[in-house]
Amino acid sequence: MKKVKWIVPTIYIIFLMLPIYWLLNMSFKTTTEIINTYTLWPKEFTLENYKTIFTDSTWYTGYLNSIYYVVMNTVISVAAALPAAYAFSRYKFLGDKHLFFWLLTNRMAPPAVFALPFFQFYSSINLFDTHVAVALSHCLFNIPLAVWILEGFMSAVPKELDETAYVDGYSFWRFFFKIFIPTITAGIGITMFFCFMFSWVELLLAKTLTAVAAKPIAATMTRTASTSGYELGLLAAAGSLTIIPGAIVIYFVRNYIAKGFALGRV
Amino acid sequence: MNKTINQKAWFFVIPVFVLVAFNAVIPLMTVVNYAFQETFGNNVFMWEGTRWFKQIMLSERFHASLGRQFLFTFIILFIQIPLGIAIALSMPKEGMGVPVCLVLMSMPLLIPWNVVGAMWNIFALPDIGFLGHSLNALGFDYNFTQQIGDAWFTTILMDVWHWTSLVVLLSYAGLQSIQPAYYQAAEIDGASRWAVFTKIELPKMKKVLTIAILLRFMDSFMIYTEPFVLTGGGPGNATAFLSIDLVKMALGQFDLGPAAAMSLIYFFIVLLVCWVFYTLMMRNEGNQ
Repeated sequence: MKKVKWIVPTIYIIFLMLPIYWLLNMSFKTTTEIINTYTLWPKEFTLENYKTIFTDSTWYTGYLNSIYYVVMNTVISVAAALPAAYAFSRYKFLGDKHLFFWLLTNRMAPPAVFALPFFQFYSSINLFDTHVAVALSHCLFNIPLAVWILEGFMSAVPKELDETAYVDGYSFWRFFFKIFIPTITAGIGITMFFCFMFSWVELLLAKTLTAVAAKPIAATMTRTASTSGYELGLLAAAGSLTIIPGAIVIYFVRNYIAKGFALGRV
Repeated sequence: MNKTINQKAWFFVIPVFVLVAFNAVIPLMTVVNYAFQETFGNNVFMWEGTRWFKQIMLSERFHASLGRQFLFTFIILFIQIPLGIAIALSMPKEGMGVPVCLVLMSMPLLIPWNVVGAMWNIFALPDIGFLGHSLNALGFDYNFTQQIGDAWFTTILMDVWHWTSLVVLLSYAGLQSIQPAYYQAAEIDGASRWAVFTKIELPKMKKVLTIAILLRFMDSFMIYTEPFVLTGGGPGNATAFLSIDLVKMALGQFDLGPAAAMSLIYFFIVLLVCWVFYTLMMRNEGNQ
């Protein structure tokens, strides 16, 4: 019985890894090999594709742009969500439930609905094609998410902690930064992970709001795929590289993932 | 937890409120603006009333893409939820296997959506892709760029690949929260594996599964990038789901009025379904 149990996850993981392997496989092939032959592994192993990406500025700036706005968005989302989540977890106030649902509706809004108005809106306030624009637009779905996750973690902290601190003469902000935030670092870590993830994988808004200066790597790839025909090797190499940041982040939070999901708030 | 009433809590919420309102209310008002008027550019608007709404509600194109959208969402929910539960049930509960499974299974979730599309495109190409080549070698006449059935098959397989892990992770977390005492009690009573599943595990997973279904419904209903990169909505319009059709109308043909009306109808459908789910979820929380 024990042995049989391993089969299901193993098959599933193989299924997950196959397309990723195929992408890596392509990225180490020359264009001629890709187009002319069908090979399960690179016959002429080449790093040319990666070299192009690391030396051509239109490619590597795409990565820098993406990382720049993703980090900016993560910081903004978590910083704004911290006090709000505290308010939702500790206090009742006028319209709190409605506000919470309204926030969640924005997580539900299809980005396609917002693509055109975002373009016009950010153009009219002269933020079009800036990293700030993308970082701010991703707040639309990341802030509700951050509030939701953080609220879960904060509600798990007993209220006695707050009360004891006040009795000990802590001011609110001193308590908040010195005691409260350190007790929920795991929650903050997980929140940052999810903000990072959703901002990193989103493309529609990021593409709509940028042209040249802040173009994300994912959009650079779309352009290559559609205009210069079949540069599949380059495309595969660029795609493979986009997996790395996610893999790094997931390695750091691996012990908390299950716990984060356990709260049932993602 | 008993919460104190404190209206000053609003001050804590203001930054979030302002940031989200900035992004949600103003653009949404633009959509509403377009939905009721006709424009020829230069900020000249003419009142059209509900004409665009009537046009969209009666158009066969909208019915078709809405139908495709519901079909797609139901199929992927029908596959992903049971599959996710099955995988979570057979995952190791402790030891080295746990982080290995978690990290590897989370990989697809962290790949940018258009890379997912591009990756599957390369993977499924009939001549040079592993999937396409293998299927053809096995004697299937497979070509997702030309045959509607194959395009659907590939899109669904891609979504299963991409998102089943989310269901797995949620269900796994739900299973982990069950105390060993329950299993011991079941063993003493001589309960069958099936009884353990239906009487202990499933009820305990109810909450996380509601969230899994809600999330998968929302996200699959908004799906845009992956099928757009994979099939471009084709062959013909066979895989043009709501978002793809909407962007085509708004940014491709610049039919702003109908596109805005369609946006509002679209948003309203998502909101309605999610509100029902949310209410059910909150009621569940109240019971526990």
